[in-house]
Amino acid sequence: MWKFIVRRLLIALPQILLLSVLVFLMAQMMPGDALSGLIDPNIDPAAIEAQRERLGLNDPWHIQYVDWITGVVTEGDLGRSFRYKMDVTEIIGQRLTNTFWLSLVTLIFTYLIAIPLGITSGRYNDTFRDQMITGYTYVGFATPLFIFALVALWILGFQFGWFPTGGSVSPGLTPGTFEYFLSRLHHLILPALSMALITTVNTVQYLRSEIIDTKQKDFIITARAKGASESRVYNRHILRNSLLPIAAFFGFEITGLIGGTIFVETIYSYPGMGQLFVESINLRDYSVVTAVVLLLGIASILGALLSDIILSLVDPRIRIK
Amino acid sequence: MDNKLLEIKNLKTSFRIKDDYYAAVDDVTLTVNKNEVLAIVGESGSGKSALAFSIMRLHNRAKIEGEVLFKENNIVELSPSKMNKLRGNDMAMIFQDPLTALNPLMTIEDQIGEALFLHNKKMSPKERRNKVIDLLNQVGIPRPDYTCDQFPHELSGGMRQRVMIAIAISNNPELLIADEPTTALDVTIQAQILDLIRDLKENMNAGIVLITHDLGVVAEMADRVAVMYAGEIVEIADVHTLFENPRHPYTRSLLNSVPSDGHEGKLHVIQGIVPSLKHLPRQGCRFSARMPWMDESVHEENPVLHEIAPGHHVRCTCHEHFYFPKESKEVQNDGIS
Amino acid sequence: MGFLDVEDLKVHFPIRGGLLNRKIDAVRAVDGVSFSIEQGKTYGLVGESGSGKTTTGRAVIGLNNITAGKVFFEGNDLTDKKNKMLDVRKDIQMIFQDPYSSLNPKKRVIDIVAEPLRNYERLTKKEERYKVAELLEKVGLSPESILKYPHEFSGGQRQRIGIARAIALKPKLIIADEPVSALDVSVQAQVLNFMKDIQKELNLTYLFISHDLGIVKHMCDEIGIMYKGRYVEEGKTGDIFTNPQHIYTKRLVAAIPDIDPKNREKQKQFREEVQREYEESYESYFNEEGLAYGLKKISDTHAVALPEKG
Repeated sequence: MWKFIVRRLLIALPQILLLSVLVFLMAQMMPGDALSGLIDPNIDPAAIEAQRERLGLNDPWHIQYVDWITGVVTEGDLGRSFRYKMDVTEIIGQRLTNTFWLSLVTLIFTYLIAIPLGITSGRYNDTFRDQMITGYTYVGFATPLFIFALVALWILGFQFGWFPTGGSVSPGLTPGTFEYFLSRLHHLILPALSMALITTVNTVQYLRSEIIDTKQKDFIITARAKGASESRVYNRHILRNSLLPIAAFFGFEITGLIGGTIFVETIYSYPGMGQLFVESINLRDYSVVTAVVLLLGIASILGALLSDIILSLVDPRIRIK
Repeated sequence: MDNKLLEIKNLKTSFRIKDDYYAAVDDVTLTVNKNEVLAIVGESGSGKSALAFSIMRLHNRAKIEGEVLFKENNIVELSPSKMNKLRGNDMAMIFQDPLTALNPLMTIEDQIGEALFLHNKKMSPKERRNKVIDLLNQVGIPRPDYTCDQFPHELSGGMRQRVMIAIAISNNPELLIADEPTTALDVTIQAQILDLIRDLKENMNAGIVLITHDLGVVAEMADRVAVMYAGEIVEIADVHTLFENPRHPYTRSLLNSVPSDGHEGKLHVIQGIVPSLKHLPRQGCRFSARMPWMDESVHEENPVLHEIAPGHHVRCTCHEHFYFPKESKEVQNDGIS
Repeated sequence: MGFLDVEDLKVHFPIRGGLLNRKIDAVRAVDGVSFSIEQGKTYGLVGESGSGKTTTGRAVIGLNNITAGKVFFEGNDLTDKKNKMLDVRKDIQMIFQDPYSSLNPKKRVIDIVAEPLRNYERLTKKEERYKVAELLEKVGLSPESILKYPHEFSGGQRQRIGIARAIALKPKLIIADEPVSALDVSVQAQVLNFMKDIQKELNLTYLFISHDLGIVKHMCDEIGIMYKGRYVEEGKTGDIFTNPQHIYTKRLVAAIPDIDPKNREKQKQFREEVQREYEESYESYFNEEGLAYGLKKISDTHAVALPEKG
């Protein structure tokens, strides 16, 4: 099994490398360079040119790329934001934790919704219960996330005032206190829930069809023939075997979340990576955009990697090889 | 007779197609004795597997009528929890395809162990493992302690079927139902598995219901044979009588359509096709459509099983007149179904 | 040069492994198989799962890449790239095992049967229809069924549609891969009879691949027994069944259930005897790798895989 994981890691590395090249080239194509934003128009163009030469900005792209990637890997140097006048690493640092928590809570909600609904729907397929749940999933498929998030914000945030309508924590609280924690959680719930309610429908449908599929397998009859009760057949055989692909889907769920956070963070003005991304595009803050794209890309690749590793851990048919 | 193990009386198993129920097993009456192999022979669509599943009550959505008497219980009316106590304990089953009949995500130990656990909760895990190894030994698996921790996909087809048999015999059942146990296996493996089943019968004094379409397997294994066609039993006899003196036209046609030393050249072809569940004739001799050269008058109006010799029952009176057509048309024109 | 000559045919499949997924070994699915078939005869290729019999058949018709060896069909080397252009492929057709999955369920019978015709012959719609109806009639299906879909037919009828497709181009050689093993006994008889009939009518040659010795005995003139990619024995049907020499052949023959219940004890004893012989003399029939030796002729028609003398 370790062989499989190592091989899988070896595949992920060139993927990440390729991603970094693409991101770098994209950044190169954008107008201006590191000096443009800093330049005082009164400086002698020859001096600027000299400075360019000194900084290596006139080198061919692959040499610049090597300089850049060395900086990223060794010092975490992702450049400077011209808007915030801060190191990109620093800006992203704060945002990353916010997005991490948002994603985590969303994932928890996603599975809290998906597993019971999927199981009910799969076990009692074609009953009234199942039709209700499938109905919900169709609505979920058809509803764009940004509209649903806006509606949820308007009703639950503005009309009822149950949830804060922006930010990640109420101002004036000391980090580390219990109140601070509660406030953060309070800010998280609405964005996470609205995202989960929409993205979970995939998982519900997936789990439902897995269960219906597993129900008809021959080994289920074997289990019944052994004298297992119906509930045992469900818990020990059907559920276990159906959850396996769901576990493997976990990594891809993360990839899906990335797309979701971009909408949801913007709508709830939640200071995370997604919001930063949209802002930076609007402000043409290219060094930040590049860094965010790179990180989100890496997260997607790692998500897929995670999926494969989980699958290899839980499925003996892969594990043994 | 106290030798009787299982008694099936007027069993009727119907499946729902759209809004109506259609009987796949129609008015079957049978007994299985202790220490006996009863073979049930038929082609696909004859209802033989539906019958086996009815005895174990493994059908999901079927209407079962009649009586299946086993150890003073009528299985048809037993509560689910009582049924679960019987299944896997007093009665067990082996299935056709050992590849799909085992859970791919559980070790062999867990799968056999589950059958033990369900009927004996007192066993400690250690005892259970020992018993599993014991069972694997019994079914002839070479390295039982190693195989215990393997998964089904690591075993060959023959080994998997041995594991299935180990599951089935784990609680010393009195009745073993084997549904095409060797159809998916190679011939040399088939011979080994059949030997194994025969040994088990002798050691456990169990009654075995062997469902198969393979007349060779029947000839090798069975004590008594029931031939099924279109949901009904058309002939029952002990194995020697059935092969030496088959009476029902269907039995005779089947025996004539197998390539064997007896007849070179043309094999007998049964005209027409097995009717589907929905289109099954429910009246008259169900096989009559497949011997159109016979006169209608040879059939009974409501064919019943006649005992023509002790223990030899044949349905319908047409067997008294049956003959094979001299020159059966080379290819039967049955394009329209 | 005979009708079909297969010379030292090898089909190896790579096994990939290691960190970089490189080829580390090969499955020798077919490992040096030679045989020849005379026109108008039926040659049986027998073996258990994994013996390489199906791979051999597929390699002859070009569905598997040939690693080494030659296949001559009427003197033309099919493994020679130059002959790819040659229309010999038209003369070789295949019948598959499972009539349920080998016919495209979304196509009508006419499209299924006419497919080879469309590839090789330019026919007008009307000619094509006429031809397909004729073929269906030949396999015993009513010509009206050309517009039906495969699911409207029973297993035996489907297999006959497969045969109609195979004979559409008037082939000379048909490779039949387990043509009846998915069928019920009575339907089996129908298809086997029919295959014999059209063989006479069209002077067909069959390469008949099967695991069922009873059927092979009924159908074939000559038989080759395969085990783990190699031949263990080859001979006339009589040679194989009345005078089996290789221990593996004996095991196969002993394993066939006897249809007469009176022979039960005899059969059991025979099986035990063979098993004893198998255990005692395994080494004189198989090399260190558990593979068969090369074939040695023991009579004009009969060859057995035995080690070199000494």
